[in-house]
Amino acid sequence: MEKKGLDNVSFELLDNSFIALIGHTGSGKSTLMQHFNALLKPSSGTIDIAGYHITSQTGNKNLKKLRKEVGLVFQFPESQLFENTVLDDVKFGPKNFGMSDKEAEAKAKKWLEQVGLSTDVISKSPFELSGGQMRRVAIAGVMVNEPQILCLDEPGAGLDPRAREEMMQIFVNYQKAGHTVILVTHNMDDVAKYADDVLVMEHGKLIKHDKPQKVFENEEWLKKHYLDEPTSSLFASSLKGFRFKENPLTIKELVDGIKENVQGGV
Amino acid sequence: MSKIIIGRYIPGDSLVYKMDPRGKLLITILFILTIFLANNPITYAIITLFCFLAIIATGLKARVFWNGVKPLIGLIFFTSLLQLFFMTGGKVFWHWWIFSISSYGIVNAIYIFVRFTLIILISTVMTVTTMPLEIADAMEWLLKPLKVVKVPVDKIALVISIALRFVPTLFDETLKIMNAQRSRGADFNDGGLIKRAKAIAPILIPLFIHSLETAIDLSTAMESRGYRGSEGRTKYRVLNWSKYDLISLAYFVLLVGLLLIFRTH
Repeated sequence: MEKKGLDNVSFELLDNSFIALIGHTGSGKSTLMQHFNALLKPSSGTIDIAGYHITSQTGNKNLKKLRKEVGLVFQFPESQLFENTVLDDVKFGPKNFGMSDKEAEAKAKKWLEQVGLSTDVISKSPFELSGGQMRRVAIAGVMVNEPQILCLDEPGAGLDPRAREEMMQIFVNYQKAGHTVILVTHNMDDVAKYADDVLVMEHGKLIKHDKPQKVFENEEWLKKHYLDEPTSSLFASSLKGFRFKENPLTIKELVDGIKENVQGGV
Repeated sequence: MSKIIIGRYIPGDSLVYKMDPRGKLLITILFILTIFLANNPITYAIITLFCFLAIIATGLKARVFWNGVKPLIGLIFFTSLLQLFFMTGGKVFWHWWIFSISSYGIVNAIYIFVRFTLIILISTVMTVTTMPLEIADAMEWLLKPLKVVKVPVDKIALVISIALRFVPTLFDETLKIMNAQRSRGADFNDGGLIKRAKAIAPILIPLFIHSLETAIDLSTAMESRGYRGSEGRTKYRVLNWSKYDLISLAYFVLLVGLLLIFRTH
C-alpha cells in the first residue's frame, strides 16, 4: 500500500516565463519540484525538461548537465552551507560542474554582488552571517550556475518584508534576462504580482493550471481549496459601491480601478 | 518524504505486545543467559522449542524473523566454521595442517549455530514488538538500582529518548542536505575512495550544525517550559505490569526448570 506522492500530473510550461507553484502544505509542491532535476524520478510517465527526457528508467549517471540547467533552491537553503568562506561555498557548484577555479571565482563574486551582498562578507565564514545573509549566500550558490530554469521553494520564508521584496526582484530580473523561474510559494501577493502562469496542487494532483487572473477569479473555488486571495482583490471586494472591470490582483491594478471608479462617478 | 521507523517495531496486538516492556526486556535478557544452561541435545531442543513458541506468540510472519537473522548469517556461519575446524577432541574424521574435523568440533559447531540463532531470534521478538521509546523506558527501570551509586539514570534515559526521537528528524535533514548538494552538482556515488570521502564534508558539516542548532533550540524549549532536571518527574507513558508478564514469567520458570532437569551435570 504505497501512497502516491504525485498522481497524474500533466502540464507544459513556457520558456522564459515566471511560474508560481501553489497549494497548501503537503500538496506535493516540493515533491514535484524535486522531479525537475531528477532528484526524484517518476514511477510512471515522463518529464521533458532542459533537453532531458526523464523516465523511471533514467539512471543516476550523467545528470550533471541537467542539474546545471535546472537549479533548485530548497526551503531554508542556508542549511546547505558548509565551506570555510562564503566565496568557497558559492564556488562549490560551478566547480562541480567543471568550471576552473578562476572562472568559478569570478562568477561567484558576480553573483554574490547580484544577490546584494557586500564585498566584505565574501571572505567571512558563512556561519558568522545573519540569517538573511546566509539565505542570500545559499541562493547565490545556486544562481551562480546560471541555470536555464531556476526553481525556488519559498525563498522568502522567514525573511523580513524588505528582504523578501529585494529577493523577489532578483528573481524577476533573472527571468527578464531570459530564464525560466518556477516559484513555490504561499504568498498570493507574489503570485499575483510576478507570475505569468500558475500551477495549483492539491493532494498530489494538479487541480488548476492557468493565468493568475483566472486562478483568482472564483472566490468560492479558492475558499474550497484553502487558498487565499491576493490582498488587493480582498481590498477591492470590501469596497462597497465600486465596480471593477477585472479583479485587481496587484496594488497598481487596484489603484487604477479605484481611479476609474472615482473619475467615472464624477 | 521517506519516513523510516527506527528500530524494527511492527505494530500488532498479540500476546507478546500486551506484555510490559520491562517484562519483555528482563525476560529477553534472562532467556539469553539461560541459553548457556543448555549443554546437550535435549536441552538445546527444549530451548529451541520455547524460542519458537515465543515467536509464534508474536503472531508475526516468519519473514520478519528471517530478516532479523539474515544480516548476521555470515557471522553465524563463520563462528560455527571456526568451531568446526579448530575444535579438537573425540573422534577425528579429517585432518590437514592446522585444520581438523572431529566429533567434538561438529557438535560444538551445531551448538554455537543454534545458540547464536536463538539469541538473535529472541532479541528480534523483543525489538519487533516493543517501540524504541518503550525499550528506553524499560532500560531506565532496569538501571534504577544504579541510582544508589549515584548514576544519573533519569538523565541517561532522557538522553536515550531524545536521541531516539531525533533519529527520523536527522534522517530527513540528511536527505534534504544531500538533495541540495546534488542540485549543486555534488556526486556521492562516483569516483574513488578519496573523492567519495571528500564528498561527505558537504553533508556532514551542515548536518552537525543543524544538530547543534536543534539541540540548543530543544534545550531552550525545555527550559522555558520549566524543566529542572528529572528529579520527581511523573511519567507520560506509565508502565503497567499485567497478567501477561506473569504468564511469561511462568513460561520462563518452566523453561529453566526443564533445562535444569535435562542438562548433563
